Amino acid sequence: MMNHIDLSSVLRQTVACDLYSNLVTRPTGAAVRNQIERLLGDVHDRTLTVIDFSQVSMIDFSCADEVIAKLLLRYEADNPPREAYFLFRGVTEEHWEAIEAVLERRGLALVLEQADGIHVVGTLSAEERSVWEMAQRLGRAATLQLADALGAPPTDVQRALDALRRRRLVMRFGDDYVVVGAYRG
Amino acid sequence: MTTVVNVPPSLDDHSFDDVLRQVTSVSPDAKVLLDARHVRWASPYGLTALLTFAQTRAERPALAVPDLDETVSYWARAGFFRQAEELYELHGNYPKRAGGSDSNVLLEITSVAKSEDVHDVVGRIQQKAQSMLGELNLDAKATVGFAMTLSEICQNIVEHAGRGGWVMVQTYRWTKRLGRRVVVIAVADAGVGFRQSLESLPGKDRGDRWDDAAALEDAVIRGVSRFRDPGRGQGLAGVRRYLGRWDGKLSVRSGTARIAIVPNWDDDVPLAEHLPPFPGAQVQVTIPERAPSSPSQHASARTKR
Repeated sequence: MMNHIDLSSVLRQTVACDLYSNLVTRPTGAAVRNQIERLLGDVHDRTLTVIDFSQVSMIDFSCADEVIAKLLLRYEADNPPREAYFLFRGVTEEHWEAIEAVLERRGLALVLEQADGIHVVGTLSAEERSVWEMAQRLGRAATLQLADALGAPPTDVQRALDALRRRRLVMRFGDDYVVVGAYRG
Repeated sequence: MTTVVNVPPSLDDHSFDDVLRQVTSVSPDAKVLLDARHVRWASPYGLTALLTFAQTRAERPALAVPDLDETVSYWARAGFFRQAEELYELHGNYPKRAGGSDSNVLLEITSVAKSEDVHDVVGRIQQKAQSMLGELNLDAKATVGFAMTLSEICQNIVEHAGRGGWVMVQTYRWTKRLGRRVVVIAVADAGVGFRQSLESLPGKDRGDRWDDAAALEDAVIRGVSRFRDPGRGQGLAGVRRYLGRWDGKLSVRSGTARIAIVPNWDDDVPLAEHLPPFPGAQVQVTIPERAPSSPSQHASARTKR
């Protein structure tokens, strides 16, 4: 199942003011994150949620930490509330500085949808990144296919896939893996 | 008995310490009269610090307003008197209404106490910032970072001060030091300073040397916050990165110390200690006009430590 969350709408609901289009301050970020989680609470099983920044003018470091970092941390934890995946859309240079800083500080990564396709950004090991990029190239692939394509030991590839799945950067379908954003449910 | 304190003719982040020096031995509940009659010029730091100073006094202080019409008119346009009327007994003539805006005042003195105030401040500055930074030859990329910087510094009040403070943003030509225009953000509060804030961190090891200067080094240089959450402390780190990119200066005063991230164009000391005490925190950000021949996006700021 796929959801779409327009952050500017969530922001307006949260701060109760139509004039605000900026994601600033920790309390605002925490309130926006709580609202996102409430929306996720309405769905069951595995979900892919598009977090849409298109109408957001700017986001500061504190708010990025509350909205993005804490959301990702919650769903990549050992006992997440549900199997939720996130695809970030409409992220521009205006947003990127704050997002990049919190991803770096927290050691997180996320999947961005841009005009030229989807990209994984943030903190990944070289192994995770190469497996993610190969999985993206192959579309849908099992561990052995990925290992063959990369010329890497299957155990190493499996370890990277497990990490990428835990980090909600790839989804698993039976024996196959698909990068987040390539599968739209 | 009233203690008369002379306010220097040029009131900025350094000369304000002269005001504080004159009251170090004056009891907080004693009556003080700030004699600002001979003030000719005040920076955003000077004006916001004057308001903050009043907050530190148990007895409502008095302020003799500047004699010079030009100065008093500017203070009015900066929104000073509107705020000061609540804090001071004001003596002398000053406009009850600002009488038009000043194009150099990008954000008149605005009180900041809660998260919504930060939204308002950021919203109000955004459009002006774009045109103003263009006039300083800074490209559009600087605008968002400028608003982020303003937001993060104002949030320090909301998150840490425990009471409200003020913010002001202004451009002016800084002839003496730079010979170029600058844009200046000043944010001041008289709340919990950095030292006391960090002391509330559970298990905080104060070490052999623990004072206002050490607290400022922890917070500004090392990104330490009173919260255990590792995501905290990013605001000032982000501000430092932004200023490094645009050759800006960051100066933070709290208690008896001031720390500065000093760019090459300035000769301020990186750390000043044993200053006259001033509660809370006072932050100043200065971004200079880029000379047309300057290479783009160089990071010449250095931390002199």
